Amino acid sequence: MIKLSLFGLLGLVVRRDLLLAMRRRTDVLTTLVFFVMVVSLFPLGVGPEPDMLRKMASGVVWVAALLASMLSLPRMFSADHADGTLEQMMLAPQSLSVLVLGKILAHWMLSGLPLALIAPVLGLQFDMSAQALWILVLALLLGTPVLSMIGAIGAALTLGLRGGGVLVSLLVLPLCIPVLIFGAGAVEAVNGGMSAVSNLALLGAFMLFALVFTPFVAAQALRISME
Amino acid sequence: MVCTAGGAIVYNPTLFCFRRATRFFMQQAPLLEVKDLACERGDHRLFSGLNFVLAAGELMQVQGPNGSGKTTLLRSLCGFVQPVQGTVHWNGQDIGEWDDDFHAEMCYLGHLNAIKDELSALENLQMSAGLAGYTVSDQQAVAALRRMGLQRREHLPVRVLSQGQRRRVALARLLIGDAHLWVLDEPLTALDVGAVGLMQELIGEHLSKGGMTIFTTHQPLQVAGVEIRQLVLT
Repeated sequence: MIKLSLFGLLGLVVRRDLLLAMRRRTDVLTTLVFFVMVVSLFPLGVGPEPDMLRKMASGVVWVAALLASMLSLPRMFSADHADGTLEQMMLAPQSLSVLVLGKILAHWMLSGLPLALIAPVLGLQFDMSAQALWILVLALLLGTPVLSMIGAIGAALTLGLRGGGVLVSLLVLPLCIPVLIFGAGAVEAVNGGMSAVSNLALLGAFMLFALVFTPFVAAQALRISME
Repeated sequence: MVCTAGGAIVYNPTLFCFRRATRFFMQQAPLLEVKDLACERGDHRLFSGLNFVLAAGELMQVQGPNGSGKTTLLRSLCGFVQPVQGTVHWNGQDIGEWDDDFHAEMCYLGHLNAIKDELSALENLQMSAGLAGYTVSDQQAVAALRRMGLQRREHLPVRVLSQGQRRRVALARLLIGDAHLWVLDEPLTALDVGAVGLMQELIGEHLSKGGMTIFTTHQPLQVAGVEIRQLVLT
């Protein structure tokens, strides 16, 4: 019997959640297909005007990413809550925040990362330039972890409530507005011939700030929900 | 242990060792003390003024009709439920002050099995061990599952197992840890006669090694050579 280190535990939780997702792929695919559908509907609905499409591209991708991440949020803790695993996690000799961080990481790998990777393909529908596509991916890579982290607090607070899914969106969406503004702003800055560095730096700052605080807050929210 | 001296934070190994040593000696005789405990569910007072001490090698059964607060009592021992009054002490220290060290010395088995349908029995057991803070080898985990009567089912997804077999997978967790305190909420649910006998055997072994167990059940349970202390909630 070997004691697990803090990082060992973090790795275990991430591995476990990824393994569970691989055994039940529909959940992951739902989020991704939803994202692709929503983004693809816009060029069809708005019409093939390249100037207009180029202008709205980053906003559409970001709003779709936001909604797609909301879609998968209620599932972050609910399965573990329903089968009692969450109780055992709270009894873990290590801090609950570490376990929550592991779950957030896994959630991002399954919902945020695929969106960021597929976004350039979708961006082509909007006639985005190569440079704008790169910035879009970079902004999504920096911004989607924030969505998962803030979302974890909402998911933890609404655990076990009826109609929790809608409530999570109401709680979390307003808090995600800054990410949306600076994420979409990064691409717009590039389109306008300016540098996207300030927007990306702010997104990075959001991410680091959220990384420090949200696992702890989400862990406290879980404790409240478990009583 | 960290002390502040002259504005700088310095590491004080002497104090650290002292604290560890105190805990080490305390661990020689684990002791669970419940003092004047009162719990509520909603606005309803379940029990109040509850006092008991559970020492090494002791077995306690919590009895009472449905809704009398058995599960709430066990959950308050784990720290899930904040009692409205009273304290729970482990080795002389409030469980709230133990941080997570207390949890390393206990094993809780609730109504829910805490196992995943998608994973095999073996994977489930290894994940449970990981969450409890340690890794177990395949051989150890397989041995525990075999002891629980799950031969040739180690690699099957838990989804295809029966209720009783799932309970056995959950109970196998008790075999791989080295917790002093077992808190078992209805451990015999869905178990057949053979498994109940096995459970009695396991509890007996645990107690003879200096462990302690508090449990609830509506089925008769006897452990050879051990008197079961009764705690009746009304």
